[in-house]
Amino acid sequence: MPVRVEVDISNGLPAFTIVGLTDRAIQEARERVKPAIRNAGFTFPQRRVTVNLAPAEMPKEGTAFDLAIAIAVLRAEDPSLRLDGLAFLGELALDASVRPVTGVLPMARCLAAAGVGRLVVPVENASEAALADGIEVLGATSLQACVEYLRGDRPLVPGVRDATPPSPSAEPDLAFVRGQGQAKRALEIAAAGGHNLLMTGPPGAGKTMLARTLPSLLPDLPSEAALDVAAIYSLRGTLRERPPTTLRPPFRAPHHSISRAGLVGGGTGLAQPGEISLAHHGVLFLDELCEFSRQHLEALRQPLEEHAVTVARARAAITYPADFMLIGASNPCPCGRLGDTQGCTCEARTVNAYNSKISGPIKDRIDLVVSVPRQEYRDIFDGADEEPSAAVRRRVETARSRQGPRAGRGNAAMSGREILAAARSTAPARRLLALSGERLHLSARGFFRVLRVARTISDLAGEDRVGEDALAEALHYRIEMAE
Amino acid sequence: MTLPLWVDASCPDWPARLNHLESPPPGFWRLGTTGPASPCVAVVGSRRATFGGVDIARSIGSELGAAGIQVVSGMALGIDAAAHIGALDAGGSTVAVLGCGIDVCYPPRHAELRSRIIACGSLATEEPEGTPPFRHNFPKRNRIIAALAQAVVVVEATERSGALSTARWAADLGREVLAVPGSIRARQSSGTNLLIRDGARPFLGIADLFDAVPDLRAALPEAMAAAVPAPAGGGLERFSPPLREILARMGTQPVHPDQVGVALGLSPALVASRLGALELAGAVMSLPGGLVARTV
Repeated sequence: MPVRVEVDISNGLPAFTIVGLTDRAIQEARERVKPAIRNAGFTFPQRRVTVNLAPAEMPKEGTAFDLAIAIAVLRAEDPSLRLDGLAFLGELALDASVRPVTGVLPMARCLAAAGVGRLVVPVENASEAALADGIEVLGATSLQACVEYLRGDRPLVPGVRDATPPSPSAEPDLAFVRGQGQAKRALEIAAAGGHNLLMTGPPGAGKTMLARTLPSLLPDLPSEAALDVAAIYSLRGTLRERPPTTLRPPFRAPHHSISRAGLVGGGTGLAQPGEISLAHHGVLFLDELCEFSRQHLEALRQPLEEHAVTVARARAAITYPADFMLIGASNPCPCGRLGDTQGCTCEARTVNAYNSKISGPIKDRIDLVVSVPRQEYRDIFDGADEEPSAAVRRRVETARSRQGPRAGRGNAAMSGREILAAARSTAPARRLLALSGERLHLSARGFFRVLRVARTISDLAGEDRVGEDALAEALHYRIEMAE
Repeated sequence: MTLPLWVDASCPDWPARLNHLESPPPGFWRLGTTGPASPCVAVVGSRRATFGGVDIARSIGSELGAAGIQVVSGMALGIDAAAHIGALDAGGSTVAVLGCGIDVCYPPRHAELRSRIIACGSLATEEPEGTPPFRHNFPKRNRIIAALAQAVVVVEATERSGALSTARWAADLGREVLAVPGSIRARQSSGTNLLIRDGARPFLGIADLFDAVPDLRAALPEAMAAAVPAPAGGGLERFSPPLREILARMGTQPVHPDQVGVALGLSPALVASRLGALELAGAVMSLPGGLVARTV
């Protein structure tokens, strides 16, 4: 919501007050604005100056209000400054130069949506702000430059979109991974349907490497979605990590020692977006899933269900988008060698305890499970050609285009009713499904998970109906629910 | 609530087979509805068992239970517990010989199993009430398991497992010892493989047990005796040729699906879909850790 800066100058002892649920950074703005105005060659009114940031009941924080406050004070003394339809963002230095701030892109988009026509931002932020549609962006280097512009003396530099195409993607390619046919197939299915995936395997088997190749299998983001992602990065001030013009889906791999606030969002003051929001429209990879604390994993439940996260803090509750694919990797047991030729030394109960750290509700959202075995040396050096990511991505794109008209989003997001309508199956597949409910003790949710995956497999195969083979394959990747 | 009974040689339900021991216990505490009986087979093995081993122990337990043969074991973790559970699930009777006092639940995790055993079989121990599970009690306990049973089946054991001591006691008493064979590389089968090398009979199915101890077959109800299949392989004709090809490739040891795919030159998708179908048909089991194993 745009903030309106109001100024009143009245007779009385000289004072400078800023009101409107401000934080410490805004209170300190008084000590930046006053010298900046003086050092720019203007005079700060030696009277009683009151600044109100409206709407007054909304908490505000940060240094981006500095420039607007200074302009408002100057305008109160000099009616010749023309402000109509202008918004200002930027922090002031004591020498009156303008410093860049974080979160410019989402603010610019918000102002554009509110019908503001022109926006002055620090010159360093100009290309970022220019990504927002429907608003004219001007870059300012100093307070003097702004005032000269407002007097009509000299124009400001217009902000232009960064036209340089983003550097060719440095995503790891699937062809770098030798063997691991099952895991690659599971990644392809996950990418095609947006399914959450769990990989289990001994340490050093290549789970992390495989997970890192997943973004290379995903199609480019639509530009609107890419802008949403850039806006979140802008809020965190991390646009340097990710060029705002890139269309590639983001990949985030937080370490298991991350704080809860770092993972789902939070922090002091107004909540910041967490890793799950930085992975919006992309991949959230949680390595050593069982090492994440139970609270961390439980905190993922709401975002996995609603594709957004609401972080409530004392001052305000903020909802950030968090529509990500979850890729988990875990050792099969504490020693990591279960199912390996070296032999596992864990007791059955330790294995159960280890795996039960991933609670039922989280398992409920994981559609595919695949084991990643340790590679034998002869497999690594056998010289066979591995399929590159680009080839798999083409299949994924075709499969996704088949899903488009069906549910709008990936198969993974389909509700029970939608999937029943979408996954019309052949007669042999129906028989197989009935048998699986009985033999494999599939729960209702397990049943829908299998159907979703089978639907995606059929999409990859270009089949309208879910056949026996697709269903049997989906059953092979199902997750075992603890009793 | 039933109370523990002291059973000694003067009691009518003193199991005569205990007299085969050179130094039989003076008597034992018994808690439960059905004491040691005949026919009776011991199923023992490692506490640290593999999932496959636990599964085998459970199915042996339930086959014995269904055939009306009592299962005797030691209520330890792993194989022992699985054998008891198998017998109980099949509605059979089972006896747990303990290395602690009759009122002590060891391991504590087996409280529920313990009460099921009391309801459908019994606990037995020569230790006085309140005795903690001392290490040195277990070899003594093993001799009672060996003596009570007409045959001992060792499912999984390492070279140092207590189950091997049970097998030695059984051999000394002239009881038939059977061992479930495993891969020469599987640590959990090293003990059972040693037993086989030293003359124990390989256990490939319940029919081997009946061949080894004809008394057991004689004790079976007639209808059941006929139902027990002769030990033989085969029976894969019910699967389609592509599925048979996979089964033939899998052998006895668990393998990773990728190994099957590479060996047969099949795409990962095809392997997954055929394994899914086989699993559904009950011919393949997927093990924790991602390996798959043949069950037929």
